[in-house]
Amino acid sequence: MATVESSTKVVLGGRRGGPDVTTLRQDRWWVQPVVTVSVLTAFIIYSTWAAFQNKNYYVGATAHRDLISPFYSPCLANSCLPGSSHGFILHGWNLSPALLILLFPLGFRMTCYYYRRSYYRAFWWSPPACAVADAHKTYSGETRFPLIMQNLHRYFFYAGLAFNVMLTYDAFRALRQPGLGWGVTIGTLVLFANATLLWMYSISCHACRHLFGGHVKSFKKHPFRYWFWKVMTPLNAKHMNLAWASLLFVAFTDVYVRLVASGALTDYKLF
Amino acid sequence: MANVTMRVWRGDASGGDFESYTLEQNEGEVVLDVIHRIQATDAPDLACRWNCKAGKCGSCSAEINGKPSLMCMTRVDELPEGPITVTPMRTFPIIRDLVTDVSFNFAMAAKVPALLPPPMPEGGYRMFQEDVARGQEFRKCIECFLCQDVCHVIRDHEDNKAHYAGPRFFIRYAELEMHPLDTNDRRDLIREEMGLGYCNITKCCTEVCPEHIKITDNAIIPLKERVVDAHYDPIAWLGRKIRRREKKSATDAAVQPAP
Repeated sequence: MATVESSTKVVLGGRRGGPDVTTLRQDRWWVQPVVTVSVLTAFIIYSTWAAFQNKNYYVGATAHRDLISPFYSPCLANSCLPGSSHGFILHGWNLSPALLILLFPLGFRMTCYYYRRSYYRAFWWSPPACAVADAHKTYSGETRFPLIMQNLHRYFFYAGLAFNVMLTYDAFRALRQPGLGWGVTIGTLVLFANATLLWMYSISCHACRHLFGGHVKSFKKHPFRYWFWKVMTPLNAKHMNLAWASLLFVAFTDVYVRLVASGALTDYKLF
Repeated sequence: MANVTMRVWRGDASGGDFESYTLEQNEGEVVLDVIHRIQATDAPDLACRWNCKAGKCGSCSAEINGKPSLMCMTRVDELPEGPITVTPMRTFPIIRDLVTDVSFNFAMAAKVPALLPPPMPEGGYRMFQEDVARGQEFRKCIECFLCQDVCHVIRDHEDNKAHYAGPRFFIRYAELEMHPLDTNDRRDLIREEMGLGYCNITKCCTEVCPEHIKITDNAIIPLKERVVDAHYDPIAWLGRKIRRREKKSATDAAVQPAP
């Protein structure tokens, strides 16, 4: 029988109290996992479909607009629609441009501390809810491959920042209306809102909070880092809300651009 | 007032079962009040721990309708109608009725390497309010061990108790790691022997904490990030090599053991 070695030795494996049941909870603990599975599954199905479409992701000069879907930006493939490219092309890549880039935002969200909480509960049932029994007989957490790779979260965070810069650039580029000059359309606002939510999601990230200020031992000796940490801490408390809002709005932005590009929707000019 | 029916787990290491008690419900009562009335009327041998009845001593931890809670802070009139189920904390071995053997936690507490300040400078140590305030949240812990109870790493996997400190002690490690006067580096210890990697951040510890300590966001995740700094981030490793900054490890012989 194993023991915990210390000045106080504890014999493990004693009999526990209470009945041997999955849970004694009487509330609707299953609602949260069901909602999480439903929304994330719907997003995965939609984003996979959108990534393989390889069309209707850009509204260009013929429509006097410059709107690109966030799923396809930056557009790096040989097959990019005219005007959608950001200047650098990978000539050997003829598949959908989205497949080149989606790994990075996907990796950022998959390794995000909030999403980890959600999918470990909802998809892996480890555990499905608090004080509800784990569905697995053995458990090694994030100590082994592949889950030890969750420790790479900060690198996906860095990549996410690069994408945020690109999507912010796209939002400013959407102010340009080829043949008409400059102006603001509904599409411009959608792209700006999308970029803003993604910035807020990134800045509220736990890794960001640590890297910019949380890692120091003394705030007094690092006043600028302390200031960053103080700014980020309330945002960090809203990380869950920002994770969902930014996820859903990315999908909405793609839907909007797709509808305008296919001619099903008019992108109205505001001024 | 209506009646209240309590289904209380009665038993010890040899086995047990629920026993039901129906009493008149008094206005404003908490679960611990009803347990005390059961002791006074129906079951004088019913065992439970309690002390302050104010949510500050952490003694009366139990599971009420399956949720880890303090009995003294759970109002009966806020629970759903129907029988109220009261069971002992599931993670720890039962002693009798609602009393469990929580000595696992004391063993883990004894393993925490103590604060190791630098030699006393002339004029004494100085700490500033920003740094004092940061650790203040962690010092609110009343050691009710509800976070340890709800943590599925040891609740559902007894074998993990041999190498997993649990959320209560991660906040202790976080407090020490964030202490400006501490020169110990506990990151190897936390990763290799205290099992930080076993935590999969499901935040149940935060949900049940009666002191509302943000255990996951403010202690466990910052510790995980510190472990990443030390073991999984090549850029951070390179930065330390260039600046020649290596801290003393808490597993070194120089560490002062806990008293």
